[in-house]
Amino acid sequence: MGNETQAQNQPPARLTGAEIVWATLVGEGVTDVFGYPGGAILPVYDALRKFPIHHTLVRHEQGAAHMADGYSRASGKVGVAIATSGPGATNLVTGIATAMLDSIPIVCITGNVSSKVLGSDAFQEVDITGITLPVTKHNILVSRAEEIAPAIRLAFQIARSARPGPVLVDITKDAQQATAIFNFEAAKPPAHRTHPMRKLAESGLAQAAELIRNAKRPVILAGHGVIESGAESQVRALAERTQTPVALTLLGLGAFPASHPLNLGMMGMHGESWVNHAIQEADLLVACGMRFDDRVTGSVSTYATKAKKIHIEVDPAEVNKIIKVDVPLIGDLREVLESLLPQVASRDGSAWLKTIDGLKGDSAVRDIKNLPDSGHLYAAHVIHDIWRITGGNAVIVTDVGQHQMWEAQYYHHEQPRSLITSGGLGTMGFALPAAIGAKTACPEKEVWVIVGDGGFQMTAGELATIVQEGIKINIAVINNGYLGMVRQWQEFFYEKNYESTPMVSPDFVKLADAHGIAGLTVSTRGAVEEAVNTARSTPGAFLLNFKVEKEDSVYPMVSAGSALHEMIRRPGGKDPLEES
Amino acid sequence: MLHTFVAYVEDRPGVLTRVASLFRRLNINIHSLTVGHSEQAGLSRMTVVADASAEAGHRIQASLYKLENVVEVDDIAQAPSVTRELALIKVGATPGTRSQIFELVEVFRARIVDLAPESMIIEMTGVESKIEGLIQVLNEGDGRILEICRSGKLTMRRGHHTSGVLTAMSSGAEEPSEEALDAFAVGPQ
Repeated sequence: MGNETQAQNQPPARLTGAEIVWATLVGEGVTDVFGYPGGAILPVYDALRKFPIHHTLVRHEQGAAHMADGYSRASGKVGVAIATSGPGATNLVTGIATAMLDSIPIVCITGNVSSKVLGSDAFQEVDITGITLPVTKHNILVSRAEEIAPAIRLAFQIARSARPGPVLVDITKDAQQATAIFNFEAAKPPAHRTHPMRKLAESGLAQAAELIRNAKRPVILAGHGVIESGAESQVRALAERTQTPVALTLLGLGAFPASHPLNLGMMGMHGESWVNHAIQEADLLVACGMRFDDRVTGSVSTYATKAKKIHIEVDPAEVNKIIKVDVPLIGDLREVLESLLPQVASRDGSAWLKTIDGLKGDSAVRDIKNLPDSGHLYAAHVIHDIWRITGGNAVIVTDVGQHQMWEAQYYHHEQPRSLITSGGLGTMGFALPAAIGAKTACPEKEVWVIVGDGGFQMTAGELATIVQEGIKINIAVINNGYLGMVRQWQEFFYEKNYESTPMVSPDFVKLADAHGIAGLTVSTRGAVEEAVNTARSTPGAFLLNFKVEKEDSVYPMVSAGSALHEMIRRPGGKDPLEES
Repeated sequence: MLHTFVAYVEDRPGVLTRVASLFRRLNINIHSLTVGHSEQAGLSRMTVVADASAEAGHRIQASLYKLENVVEVDDIAQAPSVTRELALIKVGATPGTRSQIFELVEVFRARIVDLAPESMIIEMTGVESKIEGLIQVLNEGDGRILEICRSGKLTMRRGHHTSGVLTAMSSGAEEPSEEALDAFAVGPQ
């Protein structure tokens, strides 16, 4: 926060609106932004050279929003994206919605036409505050230079407070060009108002402690809120003291160490069967910073019917939204757990843990990675090898689809913020730009993109951004020639009518080469390890094109609307590797 | 069921859209919506009447609070309250048919606020059913209804509830007092 001190110490000075934009960002501690210039934001770009902020030029504004998002997920800081008016602004929308659904704090700054012509359908004018209203936590239209610093400071406060989310600040061109007195301190917004329904009842804590004390088959459900709140050690303390196993949501992976004896793994649609069975058999669920998304509950009417439910959640609108709970504890997860822990005594959970262990044996037999090498390459092997070779220490950024689920199953995350993935919106094309953001935030970390052949082509233009920025990212394309997850649904639910899912792709290694990025194609299991090592030891970015089994599916699967314990399992009895 | 939400919102551009958009997203039709200045400078008071399930009330209230420009929300539900609606009704009336309308207006304790050669305007304040009643008898009578303009419901809780919360919120306190917020308690009732 050295920059903030600097900004605070500076005497108020008269600056242009454009300079105020950067000065305020510097004051908020921003060192990196992602953007794309254009007419209505040109004054801001013109002033950039005077400020100690690194700007990454993206190839499409959707990439800018995803980079800001990946930057935030990797570091916990607020990510910043910048775009011009009209198409620049609308291109941000998918990235903003992605951040909204996953509660990621980003601030997007857009230029707009001059205030005199607002609403006149001027060139590249679009009502971006109107368009983004339902996909931002808040947005602000600024038409006077004096309002810029307070608006940006308010945006940062809103983005990171309580349940985080994206905020957009739209600044007219004349406001950027006009001058105003810049006073960082005076622009500070009043303290953020706590949601009036966010009120932790003492009686609730006692009730929760009582339920935990009496539970025979408890399960902790840990979500993204654990990471956003920084409550990893509190969740761990609760689990260890009460010997309660922990099931994780997709975005919760990393919130509890994968190697911990109490870790169950991912729950939900593609969770391992023992996880979902444990939830369905539980007599108590302690939901921590998760929102009972339909992908984790399956059919709501049959969800964990034997269990009492404690829901610890920062957003009062999430309580009783999907699942009716017995004890809601509204507040910041870490604070609530710190209040709850003194009331919780240690207990013996061995009988319940032994029951769950019994469920695991059957799954291990069906596990594809335990099957002998048939010469075919399966995505599970690739991801398992990347996990093994990186020692589980890399930051993995995935796209959306089958590879995303295999990553969740076969890469075992020990640390929070080591998996970056679009969970709520399920945005294909997310991985490559989000990885650029993650690497910018954490240049010392090893960053891997795991992406399907479909999603990769949605934002492959950002390969050039990687080269221009000279950053080291390893890209593993899980290439099966299909839009794999959609194909899987067509196989299971649409009588194998593979309509519009087979996909022709360019030679990804040549594509990488055209950008100046080295690459290799891998099509056998035996070649994976050496290829991964080559990628890691090559100084620049590296692309691995893994030609995997074309019609493999993600198992187990709870089909939409089924009960959580009704899973489609990998065909048992015969070796799936021998099928084709 | 019909929910009546009373919300204090910042008096600035775009706030109405944010509130309305929340109902739109849930595909809930707003029966009536009134907005006007409140006792607090810079804050407007809205009364929103909407048809939604009983459980939806909590979620709508909690979601309204998430809007940055919304300061306070109350779901009046079945609580003791005073509700009024204002209606202006223009009816066609000639000297020959006026007297009958005067009688009706008298019975309904309404007022004539404008009299023209061929029409008159009736002003009526009351609960919804009373206004509906007047409209019905006017339709059955000789007079012809030319225009109806209704304000929608205005609702205020009896007692000190609402203003108590507002005082707590505007006094600069981090959180409203326990007492003021009892009615907002979250969870199974």
